[in-house]
Amino acid sequence: MLYQTLNGETFTLSAAILELTYLIAAIFFVIGLKLLSHPETAKKGNIWAASGMILAMISTLFLHEGDDGESIALTNGIVVVLTILVAAVLGWIIARRVKMTAMPQLVSFFNATGGIASGLVALMEYPGTTNTGILIVTLLGLTIGSISFSGSLIAYGKLDGKVGDIRASAMKYVNIFLLIIVVGMIVYLSSVPTDTAGALIYGLFVISLLYGVLFVMPIGGADMPVVISLLNSFTGIAAAMAGFIYGNQAMILGGIFVGAAGSILTILMCKAMNRSLANVIVGAFGGGAAAAQSEGGTIKEISVSDAAILMNYSQRVVITPGYGLAVAKAQHVVREMDQMLEENGVEVKYAIHPVAGRMPGHMNVLLAEAEVPYDKLVKMEDINSQLPNTDVVLVIGANDTVNPAAKEDPGSPIYGMPIVEANEAKNVIVMKRGMGKGYSGIENKLFLQDQTRMLFGNAKDSVQKIIEEIKNM
Amino acid sequence: MEEILAFFYTYKESIFVIALAIFLGFEVISNVPSVLHTPLMSGANAISGVIIIGGIILLGHAEISFSVNFILGILAVFFGTLNVVGGFAVTDRMLDMFKKKNKK
Repeated sequence: MLYQTLNGETFTLSAAILELTYLIAAIFFVIGLKLLSHPETAKKGNIWAASGMILAMISTLFLHEGDDGESIALTNGIVVVLTILVAAVLGWIIARRVKMTAMPQLVSFFNATGGIASGLVALMEYPGTTNTGILIVTLLGLTIGSISFSGSLIAYGKLDGKVGDIRASAMKYVNIFLLIIVVGMIVYLSSVPTDTAGALIYGLFVISLLYGVLFVMPIGGADMPVVISLLNSFTGIAAAMAGFIYGNQAMILGGIFVGAAGSILTILMCKAMNRSLANVIVGAFGGGAAAAQSEGGTIKEISVSDAAILMNYSQRVVITPGYGLAVAKAQHVVREMDQMLEENGVEVKYAIHPVAGRMPGHMNVLLAEAEVPYDKLVKMEDINSQLPNTDVVLVIGANDTVNPAAKEDPGSPIYGMPIVEANEAKNVIVMKRGMGKGYSGIENKLFLQDQTRMLFGNAKDSVQKIIEEIKNM
Repeated sequence: MEEILAFFYTYKESIFVIALAIFLGFEVISNVPSVLHTPLMSGANAISGVIIIGGIILLGHAEISFSVNFILGILAVFFGTLNVVGGFAVTDRMLDMFKKKNKK
């Protein structure tokens, strides 16, 4: 080891250079996330953040010195590099191969891997820790990382349709009970020497995993984006806790920065749905008292050929997509229909509600995949003023985002949520699988209005049939 | 109480970093258009993979043997890398969807 002494500080050159690269990496993270929050610079931002990460990884591998002053041995280095290579190739393949529609699940899956990595690091650093402060931080890292892991996996399963919603009122109490046990174990474990804890540390690990599962289980599938964002912020905090163990400022800054950004993002997402975070977590939607009110009006169906004629002889058609479009994978046929209508002189636009689908931006991504030009996608706020002059609004698999109750009925659970005001249009055609209710579980008066016609069935089949009809016209 | 103060004193620089990073995180994310929520979440998720550094340190100084610790160390590096590489790759792919719009 080459120790330098300057102005009374003793240090090794490699340690000094390492800290410098960590500083640069941390700055790259901040610049990256800043750029990611603007549409034009987003792609660059991602590259900045990724470069920061690669820099930090490489410099750690070559320059890090353990407590004994030894650098990473060659054999260890080879093991590390091999592990990284295998995981990197695998991660890359997964990220590139998965269908665009499955992106939300994938984010959740990768968040789970980060969570378990934090949990494992804390679990292994636990033995032999004597400083009480570091002990608490280690236990918190273990707990938060594990909750993030199992919670994200459940969120992944829900978005992928593998895990259903389980709601039992008793669950709330089980969760509170578990949380008390977790806190109690952290308090106890932080007060005893690590070698007397025995299997209790693994107990904390397992109970934290269990808590993660039960925490996400009762939350509805449509709220998963908010949950993933919250768990993402947890993973950041867990990484920062591990950063404390190593006195590593890049990990602390990166982790806390992501934790803070993630929690703000969670709140922004809740705001877009006009709900509070507590409301999302407790899952107060549906089954409420306000669901009753089914006043006048009847459901009127429309045939495929009438729908085709109505749209083909319109001047302006606005398509309002929702989650049903994604489920039916109807984006390509919708694009085809859109092109045919345009050829026949109809102006076709898309109304994009900020929370349509299961992720903000979900509809943009799906329609972009079907190569719908971006200027045809109109934000909710901008399209609403044009709707009274629109001949046909075609609602495909959307429900709550077009429910006028959000504007008119103060008793409704979605009251106050901004909507696409489809009810203002001259005609409305609603494509729906059946008369089921939206995620919020409330009636939609739009379906009962005079100018509304329903077209029941799978959206993809229905659009396909409309295309056939237009062709024969 | 003394222990908490001692902890604060020992780690004062890190605690300053934490306090400022919280404000920085809030500041950077405010006023984001909702279309970018998903890519931003994905990008932040990739950055939370910094835990990989901890994994590298741990595995880098671990004794090479078929012990539980060594295997857990490999798993930590493996999952950390998956988070970092997968996270950035997915974000990049999502953002490709936005680039297309600019060309047209």
